[in-house]
Amino acid sequence: MAGSGVAHLRGDEALLRVEDLVVEYRTSAGVVQAVSKVSFDVLPGETLGIVGESGCGKSTTGRAVLRLDTVTSGRIRFRERAIEDLDEREMRALRREMQMIFQDPVGSLNPRRPVRELVVEGLDIAGASRKEQEAAAGRVLAAVGLSDERFRDLLPRRLSGGQAQRVAIARALAVEPQLLICDEPVSALDVSVQAQILNLVEDLKRDLGLTVVFIAHDLNVVRTVSDRVLVMYLGKLCEFGTPEAVYAYPAHPYTRALLDSVPQPDAVDGFSGPALEGDLPSPLSPPTGCRFRTRCPRADELCASEEPQVAEVRPGQFAACHHPLPVPEVPTGSGDAALPIPVPVPVPARSTA
Amino acid sequence: MTEPLLLVSHLHMHIGSARGAVRAVDDVSLAIGAGQALGVVGESGSGKSMLARAIMGLLPPRAVRSGSILFEGRDLMALPVKQQRDLWGKRIGMVFQDPGRSLNPVVRVERQLTEGMRRHLGVGRAEARTRAVTLLDEVGVPDPERRLGNYPHQMSGGMRQRVMLAIALACEPDLLIADEPTTALDVTIQRQILDLLRRVQRSRGMAMMLISHDLSVVAGRTDRVAVMYAGRLAETGATREVFAAPRHRYTHALLDATPTLHQERHARLRVIEGSLPDPTAPPPGCRFHQRCTAAVEGCAGGPIEMESVGVDHRIACLNPVVTSHLVGAGGAHDGR
Repeated sequence: MAGSGVAHLRGDEALLRVEDLVVEYRTSAGVVQAVSKVSFDVLPGETLGIVGESGCGKSTTGRAVLRLDTVTSGRIRFRERAIEDLDEREMRALRREMQMIFQDPVGSLNPRRPVRELVVEGLDIAGASRKEQEAAAGRVLAAVGLSDERFRDLLPRRLSGGQAQRVAIARALAVEPQLLICDEPVSALDVSVQAQILNLVEDLKRDLGLTVVFIAHDLNVVRTVSDRVLVMYLGKLCEFGTPEAVYAYPAHPYTRALLDSVPQPDAVDGFSGPALEGDLPSPLSPPTGCRFRTRCPRADELCASEEPQVAEVRPGQFAACHHPLPVPEVPTGSGDAALPIPVPVPVPARSTA
Repeated sequence: MTEPLLLVSHLHMHIGSARGAVRAVDDVSLAIGAGQALGVVGESGSGKSMLARAIMGLLPPRAVRSGSILFEGRDLMALPVKQQRDLWGKRIGMVFQDPGRSLNPVVRVERQLTEGMRRHLGVGRAEARTRAVTLLDEVGVPDPERRLGNYPHQMSGGMRQRVMLAIALACEPDLLIADEPTTALDVTIQRQILDLLRRVQRSRGMAMMLISHDLSVVAGRTDRVAVMYAGRLAETGATREVFAAPRHRYTHALLDATPTLHQERHARLRVIEGSLPDPTAPPPGCRFHQRCTAAVEGCAGGPIEMESVGVDHRIACLNPVVTSHLVGAGGAHDGR
């Protein structure tokens, strides 16, 4: 896995299109390619889930789209505009159309400003009048289910994690963005609160026609929110497809291993397949060829010598792997025959650009 | 079950605060038999970690305990400090969430690993080193000889947690208390550590108390489970039964709110409305009743006792879930 390529891109109708994105960090020990030639696109109204473990580059990818991290190379198109070419002033204007929320909701809010000011800060910077701001504040707080009266004067430290995340979402909505990038928005929250925020994101997406990039490490969460799923490992793309296909019939051995590592209450010994061996290699000197090969049960010499390119393995499902997994005849994680095999939803084949 | 290895009865731990006593643990009773694995689950503020700290005697400032904690029939709370110390680390091992912070950053792995053995088992330096290598090998640390010379910062999170586990296992404890041992780890590494815990627990016949906010972490790898809410027990029973057919309304709601790998795309998740009650002034009656969709008259009244609803299955709920229909994360209970 862990390869490059653009075979999975879906053409001109995408709202966001990222091609061969590279983001490098300089460290005292050398240069790290946190994101290495990753491509993806998001259609209007779609939710793209990006999933992977620490160090896979998923957050860096989200930040690079907003140019919160410096793009080393690659092309990012947002509604025909080339993000990498914009100057800082143009970028600032464009960020009103692309908003981001983060994992630590309390920490991402200015601790000295009351909720009311926080949610309209973007409008204030854009020069909206007091009256416009007042109206917007009421509107967005209502949209995220917070009572204006009760919350307007509160400071972030008086908010619970779930309330603070609602404020962060309201703040993003105030500037009426088209694209919302959510970076681990629920991973700091308890299960019962997590469900509230996930439902809220779904409602807003439907009601406001938002396009969403949802970055998370939790495969269960990504399954429920996503229309397309992108799996990453050590800065590289592994697999792309619908959640139904990717979760039921993963083509990449890493996707399979990730899914098998999710604790399953109803499976043999708590997991539905074998464990992945070993640790993440150092990003300073990633393996040659496929970056996953050092932990991959299917790796051979080809994987060490040649980087796999993204290819369509089944209609609408793409993987960067020399030895993709076939559709199993019996579900992997057998021994649990009662487990229903989800039927993959047929995906209309799309022409590539 | 003969006399349990650990028997906790009517344990309370209240912590003084400016706004009054926080009732972190309130009248909790539970037992762990020799070789048995008990899961303790709950959300933030449920008191699960405070329960572990109360049992281990690692009390926060201004905390007051009452009740009894019997380990092999001896009350840990009444034991002189010296005898308690002989138990801790030797008969009872502990692993915490953050291996980075539990290990001493300026001491090499070897000394951290052999310290307990030399103190509790009285083994010499060479013998302790040999045992340390064996232990690291047992917990899956590659190249253990070399690792002994490492400092914690030279290892990954997964490796540090393995070292923590090796330290906890060094004196062959009868009980391991693991408080969120995999929460800080990635999912494939979490998987490795959970498998390891299971293997070690079985091969050594060691009892374990596995504390987690993640129901699914506890589900596949414990014999019994205790669900906590706002400092109290909500439900206890055989793990598979509790997850497949929860009876307490809170357990049921929590399972329903948890997304699964088999979820429909854009499916609405069940939400538990509201938030935890104020821990300094919890509501009378069931602590969950204000957020419960099935509360009945009496739920807001007097104390609600744990009642038996099946073989080794107890709940504190006046209007339990009736049928054993399948629930979200529970699913069919087969396999193992």
